[in-house]
Amino acid sequence: MKRKLLSALICAALMLQVGATAGAATKASDGVVKIGVLTDMSGTYSDLAGPGALIAVQMAVADFIAKEKPDFKIEVISADHQNKGDIAAIKAREWIDREQVDVIVDLVTTSTALAVMKVAKEKNRITLVSGAASTPITNEQCTDINVHWTYDTYALAVGTGKAVVKQGGKTWFFLTADYAFGKSLEKNTSEVVVKEGGKVLGHVLHPFPAQDFSSFLLQAQASGAQVIGLANAGNDTINAIKQASEFGITPKQSLAGLLMFITDVHSLGLKTTQGMYLTTGFYWDRNDETRAWSKRFFEKKSRQPTMVQAGDYSAVTHYLEAIKAAGTDDTQAVMAKMKATPINDFFAKNGKIRVDGRMVHDMYLAQVKKPEESKYAWDYYNIRQVIPADQAFMPLSESVCPLVKK
Amino acid sequence: MTGIFGISIQGLLGQLLVGLLNGSFYAILSLGLAIIFGLLNIINFAHGAQYMMGAFLAWIGMRYFGVTYWWALLLSPLLVGAFGMLLERSMLKRLYKLDHLYGLLLTFGLALIIEGLFRYRFGISGESYPVTELLEGGKNLGFMFLPKYRVWVVVASLVICFVTWYVIERTKLGSYLRAGTENPQLLQAFGVNVPLMITLTYGYGVALAAFAGVLAAPIFNVNPVMGSNLIIAVFAVVVVGGMGSIMGSIVTGLGLGLIEGIVKSGMIANLLSSTFDSVPVAGSIVYPIKLLFSPEASAVTIFVIMAIVLLVRPAGLFGRER
Amino acid sequence: MPPLKMNAVAWGLLAVFGIAAPFLVYPVFAMKILCFALFACAFNLLLGYSGLLSFGHAAFLGTAGYVTGHTVKALGFPPEVGILAGTATAAALGYVVGSLAIRRSGIYFAMITLALAQMVYFMCLQMPFTGGEDGLQGVPRGKLFGVIDLMQPLSMYYFVFAIFLTGFLIIYRTIHSPFGQVLKAIRENEPRAISLGYDVEKYKLTAFVLSAALSGLAGATKTLVFQLASLTDVHWHTSGEVVLMTLLGGMGTVFGPVVGAIVVVGIQNYGANIGEWVIVITGTIFVLCVLAFRRGIVGEIAALFKEVSPAATEGGEPDQPG
Repeated sequence: MKRKLLSALICAALMLQVGATAGAATKASDGVVKIGVLTDMSGTYSDLAGPGALIAVQMAVADFIAKEKPDFKIEVISADHQNKGDIAAIKAREWIDREQVDVIVDLVTTSTALAVMKVAKEKNRITLVSGAASTPITNEQCTDINVHWTYDTYALAVGTGKAVVKQGGKTWFFLTADYAFGKSLEKNTSEVVVKEGGKVLGHVLHPFPAQDFSSFLLQAQASGAQVIGLANAGNDTINAIKQASEFGITPKQSLAGLLMFITDVHSLGLKTTQGMYLTTGFYWDRNDETRAWSKRFFEKKSRQPTMVQAGDYSAVTHYLEAIKAAGTDDTQAVMAKMKATPINDFFAKNGKIRVDGRMVHDMYLAQVKKPEESKYAWDYYNIRQVIPADQAFMPLSESVCPLVKK
Repeated sequence: MTGIFGISIQGLLGQLLVGLLNGSFYAILSLGLAIIFGLLNIINFAHGAQYMMGAFLAWIGMRYFGVTYWWALLLSPLLVGAFGMLLERSMLKRLYKLDHLYGLLLTFGLALIIEGLFRYRFGISGESYPVTELLEGGKNLGFMFLPKYRVWVVVASLVICFVTWYVIERTKLGSYLRAGTENPQLLQAFGVNVPLMITLTYGYGVALAAFAGVLAAPIFNVNPVMGSNLIIAVFAVVVVGGMGSIMGSIVTGLGLGLIEGIVKSGMIANLLSSTFDSVPVAGSIVYPIKLLFSPEASAVTIFVIMAIVLLVRPAGLFGRER
Repeated sequence: MPPLKMNAVAWGLLAVFGIAAPFLVYPVFAMKILCFALFACAFNLLLGYSGLLSFGHAAFLGTAGYVTGHTVKALGFPPEVGILAGTATAAALGYVVGSLAIRRSGIYFAMITLALAQMVYFMCLQMPFTGGEDGLQGVPRGKLFGVIDLMQPLSMYYFVFAIFLTGFLIIYRTIHSPFGQVLKAIRENEPRAISLGYDVEKYKLTAFVLSAALSGLAGATKTLVFQLASLTDVHWHTSGEVVLMTLLGGMGTVFGPVVGAIVVVGIQNYGANIGEWVIVITGTIFVLCVLAFRRGIVGEIAALFKEVSPAATEGGEPDQPG
C-alpha cells in the first residue's frame, strides 16, 4: 500500500514537472491544441447538439489541418454533461487540469454553460458557447474569454416578434414555460411587440416540462389574440403546436415558436407547422456554400445540421485560425486575435465578436413551407428576410455586462 | 363580464372538459398500476416506460410496416403485454417473498434500461404520429372546439375501465383474482393455477399501459421520456385512490384530471387573490398556498392533494388499511 | 476473519484512501465522492437501520445547497457558517417532512416523501434566489475560519474529508448507541417495540431529522466544492440515485453506502464518454442488485467472511425494510 502511494506521489510530481517545462518550451503549450466538446450526448438536447456537435467539430479540425497544414497537433475529446451543472463543471475542471484542454465548445444548456464559463475564467481557458440560449451569458455573467457564437433568446425573440407584428399579428398571448428561460423569452418578445405597435393581451405560465397543453391553449384561444407566442422549447413547444392544431386554434390564430430548431420542425412534420415563423442563425439550404457543407455533414450523421452544430464548426475554425495567426495558443493572445478578425465562412459573413463575447452575425427569418411546397427531404424553410447583424442582437447600449464601458 | 373569479362560465366548462380528457389517461394508467399492485404487491415503476413502448410500437408499425391506427390499438398492447409477461416470469416472480420495496426498485431499474435503449435507437426529439382520418377534425360546441379524437380517447378509456372493473368485480374469473389478492395459498389449494394468473394479470396491466400509449400517440409527441414525466403523477393518483382499489383508481383518475383542469384555468389562484389580497397580513400568509394552486404549479397540485389525503385517510379515498 | 478485525481493516482502508485520494484521483472527483458518500450514509441511516425508504431525500441535499450557496454568495457568510446554515435548514425541513411522513410506513412513506420532495422542487424552481433553471453560480469558497484558503484544491479536499469523517462518525456512533439499537428493533418488529414501551414515532422522527441534517451537510459541502447549486440536486432522479448507491453498496452496512457512492459517481464521471449507455448501465445495476446481490457489495463480502467465521455481526443481512 505504502509503496503504491509513494509511486503515485512520484508520478504526480513528475507530471507537474513535465507540464511546467513543456509550457515554457513551445509556443502551443504542449505542442497540442486540445478541443473539448462538452455537450448533451443523451438527453433532451442531444439531437440539436450532442453527437452532431462532435461531428461538426471533428470536421472543422480535419478541414483546418488539410487547408492550413499547421505545425501543431490538434486533438478533440468529448463528454456528456447530461445537462447537469455540476457534472459539466467537474468535467471542465478535470479537462483543464489533467488533459490540458485549451478550449471548451458547445455547452448546450444555460446552467451548464454558466458553470463551465466560471471554471474556464478561473483557469484562463476559452469557452465557445454555441448551444445555450439565455442572454445572461453575455450580460450579468459575461467573461472576456467566452464567445456566445450562434444565437440567443434575444435574437430569436426579436427576430420573430418583429416579423410577426409586421405581418399584421398585432395582438399576442404568451404560453410561457415556468422558468427563467421561458420568462426571459417572453419578456424580450413582449418588449419588441409593444415597440412595434402590437399589444400583449395576457399570458399563462405552464409547468416545465408539461405534456398536455389543452387547458393553456383554451385560455390563449379565449383571449382572442391573433398570435400565440410559445415561450418554451423542445418537447413543450412540440406538444403545444401539435395540440393547437388538434383544437382548431391554428390556423385561426397563428403560433410563433420563439425557440425552434429544424429538428423540431422535422419531428412535427410540415402539416402541423406550416406557415409558422421562426428565427434561425443557419439554414442548410440557404445557398450553395451552406448546402455544400451540410451535404458533407449529412453524409456523416444522416441528418441535416442544426444551427448549433454549424455554429460549432464555425467557432472552432475561427479559433484554430486565430491560433495560427497569433502564433501561440496563449488564451489572451488568441482571444484578442479572434476579436480582431471578422468571421467569414459559410455560417457567417462579416461576423464580429463584441466586447461582451456576443458574436454578431446575420440572422434569418424563416417561414415553414407548406407540405406541397417541400420538394425533397429536409426542404422545410422559406427564408423570408435577412436580419442584419446590427439589428439581430441586443445592442451593447442595453447590455449589463461589466466589460462594456459606458 | 359574466363569470366567476376572472374566467367565464364557458371558459370553465371548456377547462372541465379538457380536465376530463386528461383524467381518462390518468384513469387508464392508474387502473393498470392498481391491478398489478393488487395482485402482485408490486409498484410497477416501469409503467411509464411500458406506456412509452406502446406509443412507439404504434409509430414503428406505421412507419415501417404500414400498420394502421386501429390495428396498432390491438397489436401494440398485445406485444407489450407479452413483453411484460416475460419480465414477470424471468424477474419479478423472484421477488414475491420479499418486501414491496424490492419490486419498486427492480421496475425502476427496468424503466431506466428500456428508456435508455429507446433513446439510443430513436433519439430524444421524438416522432409524430398522425390522427387517423376517421377521427380527424372536431365539433364546435360554441364555448370550445372539441376534437373528435379526444372524445374517442374518453370513450375508449371509459369502456376499457368499465369492462375491467366488471370482469374483476362481477365475474367468476374476477373472483379468483380477488381471492388471489386475499390469500393465494388457499386459492392454489383449490386447484387454481395462481402463478399463471399472476403472470396474466401483470401482462394485462402492462397491456393497459401500452393501450394508453397508443391512445396518446396522436396527441403527444412520441418520445422516449414521455412516460417518465407522467408516471410520477400517476403514482400519486393510485395512492390517492387507495392502492389496489380498482374503482378508486378510475374515479380518482378522472377526478384529479378535473381538479387539475380547474387549477390550470387559474380559478383557484384568482379566487384566493380576490379574497385575501386586500387583507394585509392574510395576503402574504396565503401567498404560498396560492402559488401551489396557480396554473404553473398544476404539476404539483396532485402531490399537494396526495399529501393531504394520506394524512386524513391513510389508505387512500377508496382503499382499506392492510 | 473475526468481525472486529475486519472492521479495523475497513477503517484503515477508509483512512488511507481518504488521505491519499487527492494524489490518486482528481481532487474534485474525490470530493464529489465524499459528498455523495456522506449523503448515502445519511440515507442508509434511515433505510438500512430504521427501515424507512424515503424517495425524496434529494430535497434535503438540494435545499441545503441552495441555502449555503445563497448565504455565502449574497450575504457574505464565511464557508463554515454557510455550511451550518444549510445543514440547519435541512434539519428544519426534515422535521416538517418527517413529522408528516412517519405517520405512515412502507410504500406510503416512500410516496409521501416523494410528494413533499416534488413540492420542494417546485419551490426551488420558483424562489428568486435559486436562479431557477440556470442555478446558483459562482459561489465563492472563501477562507475557512478566515485563515485557510479553500481555493487551494488540497486544503479544500481535506476540509471536505474532515466534514465527511465527522458526519460518518456521527452516523457510526448513532448506529452503535442504544438509540440505534432501538431503531433496529423498530425496523425488525414495530408492534413489539411499541409494546415494550418505546415511543416509536419519536425515535423515527429523530432518525429522520438526523438523516435529513446530514444529507443537508453533504449538499452544503457539495455547493462549496462545485461553487454552484442547481436543480439537479433537488430532482427526484437524485433521490433515486441515493437509493441505488445504498442498495449497491449494501443497505444496513456501515461502509456499504461509501462503496456504492464510489461506484455510482465513478460510472457517472467516467461514463460521461459513453452517452446514453449510462442510463442503461445504471438500470442494469439496479436490476442485478435486486435480483442477485440484495446484500450489496459490502454485504456480500461480509457474508462471504461470515461463512468462514459464523460469529461475524457487522455485515448486513438482506434486510427487509418497510
